[in-house]
Amino acid sequence: MNSELAIEARGLSKHFGAVRAVSSLDLDVPRGQIYGFLGPNGSGKSTTIRMLCGLLTPTEGSARVLETEVPEDAKSLRPRIGYMTQRFSLFGDLTVYENLQFIAEIYSYPAVDRKARIEELLDKYDLERQRDQMAGTMSGGQRQRLGLACAVLHHPELLLLDEPTSAVDPQSRRDFWSNLFRLAQGGTTILVSTHYMDEAERCHRLAILDRGVKVADGTPQELQKQTGMHIIEVIAHDPYAAQAAIQPLPEVASVTQLGVRLRVLIPESTADPVALIEQALRAQNVQASTAITTATLEDVFVAVTMKPTEEGA
Amino acid sequence: MSSASRLLAIVKKEVRQLRRDRLTFGMIFGLPIIQILMFGYAINTDVRNLKTAVANQADTHLSRQFIAELRQTQIVEVVATADTAGALEDMLRRGDISIGVYIPHDFDRRVIDQDRAAVHLLVDGTDPTILGVANQLRSMPIRFDTTVRPTQRQGLLEVRPYYNPERRTPVNIVPGLMGIILLMTMMLFTAVAIVRERERGNLELLINTPLSSAELMVGKVAPYILIGLVQLALILGVGQLLFDVPVRGSIVDLYIAGSAFIAANLALGLLISTATYTQFQAMQMTVFILMPSILLSGFMFPFDGMPFIAQKIGEILPTTHFIRLTRGIMLRDASIWELRPDLLYLVGFTVVAMTIASMRFTKRLD
Repeated sequence: MNSELAIEARGLSKHFGAVRAVSSLDLDVPRGQIYGFLGPNGSGKSTTIRMLCGLLTPTEGSARVLETEVPEDAKSLRPRIGYMTQRFSLFGDLTVYENLQFIAEIYSYPAVDRKARIEELLDKYDLERQRDQMAGTMSGGQRQRLGLACAVLHHPELLLLDEPTSAVDPQSRRDFWSNLFRLAQGGTTILVSTHYMDEAERCHRLAILDRGVKVADGTPQELQKQTGMHIIEVIAHDPYAAQAAIQPLPEVASVTQLGVRLRVLIPESTADPVALIEQALRAQNVQASTAITTATLEDVFVAVTMKPTEEGA
Repeated sequence: MSSASRLLAIVKKEVRQLRRDRLTFGMIFGLPIIQILMFGYAINTDVRNLKTAVANQADTHLSRQFIAELRQTQIVEVVATADTAGALEDMLRRGDISIGVYIPHDFDRRVIDQDRAAVHLLVDGTDPTILGVANQLRSMPIRFDTTVRPTQRQGLLEVRPYYNPERRTPVNIVPGLMGIILLMTMMLFTAVAIVRERERGNLELLINTPLSSAELMVGKVAPYILIGLVQLALILGVGQLLFDVPVRGSIVDLYIAGSAFIAANLALGLLISTATYTQFQAMQMTVFILMPSILLSGFMFPFDGMPFIAQKIGEILPTTHFIRLTRGIMLRDASIWELRPDLLYLVGFTVVAMTIASMRFTKRLD
């Protein structure tokens, strides 16, 4: 059963002095899937990824990555994983081809197949025209494709991607994700961190991190079903007035404005949320239509990341 | 096998990057040439033409003859005259002159009277070199032509300058300068080598590859060994061409010493690289080592004349040992075997520094 898991972490923690970057994280990443880390900046995504590839030593807890204890046996793990850093980490003063060549040599890729593999990657990742261009002069999207090409050159079983799309345009992001699906299809396990909801929704499974704590995990569909919240959509001509009417209600957990629409989150324990809101709107003389709707991943994210403050209050 | 190819990959990458970094590449060749020209022409401890003023209160035939002889030494250049000792002191204080020659009115009588000094030299002692030169003037003979010269007593000591009889400064400077230039470039290039990759984010990628610490370290410094040897040839060539600096000993010995010194500097640079987090910090550290290497290695001042503590610090620095080696081989025709303690120190230093650097460079970020 365990061999079905590419990553298995128990109670993983990392403290930097007084800062708890990651707190007792449990993680099960099945093989061959795209697993997402969703969370705002500073939620511990990068720290977790760095612990999983042995770059950082956990303060507490342990992790098994591809049946290898980390960080103890991280050395034997290195040829089997690919890692793409948040920052562009290839050599700006080498050409695209030279970068790929360097990576191939470092990973001791068989010399006879080296050229063919580099040509294959140049073609697959649409870098043919940039072959002799200095990597430092390329656009964000091109750099990111080169980063991915270098990370997968040695056919890793596991790919760790730390916010790979944070510096690229939407079209490049779409292309990037189709590349990821192709890799997953080929059996590569992918752990990808992001702060984009649409990307998180594309993952097979995901974990939501908030201030170093995993606040939810599951498939996107499971998470959407298990928000523990009613989602009520309010459409008003004056959304500002509507928000002013709804916000003070003690039952309301969160109000988010999207153009003329408001998404209101109310805990499931509340019996008739629509009636409650309509009443509040009438009391303030606000014209609006109200309907219950299904949760998006963004609603999930809002619902789970505000729990700690509720407890604190 | 795969380790060798990974090492080669790093070397190849370094050479490629270096070739594209025009400024650094130019520095490799420009720095030694500029330094050697600067030091060779500017530094001259054989001082001449010191600005001098004379206050001749005696104004006799003998005193005028004395001044003429003083001029002939070329050590002084009389630029002004004064009436009193006080006027000389004023000029000295203003920095108009370095030496004031005061000849009292009873000069002639004092010359005969052996107990009293006939001439007073007022010397700007802020520069000890000038003071040293002024002391040379003391040995000038002054006698009345009419008096029978006593047979010149042979001095108790006779000085026979070996190796550099003309006392040319470049002959002394160039072998030492070789040490300083190699130290500067070798240490600086490797000190920033690892730090630069850390700053640019390359390191996070590299340490996640199967590359080992030792492969990375050795691969990064290997190209510089060759560069160091080229620099050595450059300094020797320019030194011989422009300043006629000899290589009396074996050139092979010199290159053995050079290789050991280059290795020591590269190891030192790597050590700095693993102890710092930014290129700026690395630069500061190199200056921190460069200064004592210039001042305490025997390059500027005779080593034996330095205070005990300064000598002990000097002994730690590789440059001190290298300068001993180069001066020995180039000027005194010593063999490397005769100078083996210094060579052994350089080898030992390299091994220790390299070991500490590899140990310090853990493949982790925390």
